[in-house]
Amino acid sequence: MAVKVMIPTPLRAYAGKQESVEVQAATVGEALSALTTKHTDLKKHLFSDDGRLRSFVNVYVNDEDIRYLQKEQTALKAGDTISIVPSIAGGVNRARI
Amino acid sequence: MSPPLSRPRLKVREEMYRRIHAHGVETYPHECCGALLGRDGEGLREVIDLVPLANRRDDSPRNRFELTPDDVRLAEKTASEKKLELIGWYHSHPDAPARPSEYDRNHAWPWYSYIIVSVEKGEARDTTSWRLHDDRAAYDAEEVEVAAR
Repeated sequence: MAVKVMIPTPLRAYAGKQESVEVQAATVGEALSALTTKHTDLKKHLFSDDGRLRSFVNVYVNDEDIRYLQKEQTALKAGDTISIVPSIAGGVNRARI
Repeated sequence: MSPPLSRPRLKVREEMYRRIHAHGVETYPHECCGALLGRDGEGLREVIDLVPLANRRDDSPRNRFELTPDDVRLAEKTASEKKLELIGWYHSHPDAPARPSEYDRNHAWPWYSYIIVSVEKGEARDTTSWRLHDDRAAYDAEEVEVAAR
């Protein structure tokens, strides 16, 4: 079924400068896989080398965080909107308390 | 003939530059953080406003900062209401250089500008800004221009 994936500003350059991409998928995992198959440059920004979603990549289905649903196995229905929302982190390199 | 290589430019309104420094001083010895709002033009990006945010890393605020997806959504909403774009983020490095760490790089997103201010013994010192390469391997240093308007 067709679902829409909203692309955050920093990743639009890797998705043909589009704000959203339509993909065919039955689960969130399939949608992300279809997205990165269509736009391969997105893959390294969404997934770590071991193929898992990066910890600072957050995925929502219609405003629900998939961590509180069935994660990447979350089922989709036609017309659902998936949003990729960054969390932001950083800091100095040193062990301090 | 190809154009000469030049660093990306980031113009920062003087008031915003001062506010970033003041935020870093206020939270010292903890890291401060916030969002940069502005406009992204051809060859020049401009910081016009800020959204100061709370550092969510209660466990290690002296050497880490973190913002939640809700913080990011708030920054995006504020930018949209002000007819601006969310163009990046700022944070401080208490008693450390204003250079991105390995931890910064591992957690950075491309396209955004990342301003870092070093705050040494409670005083704001160097201010730099960085953009992550497409391959995530390194950063470009931006040329920071402080302007009255």
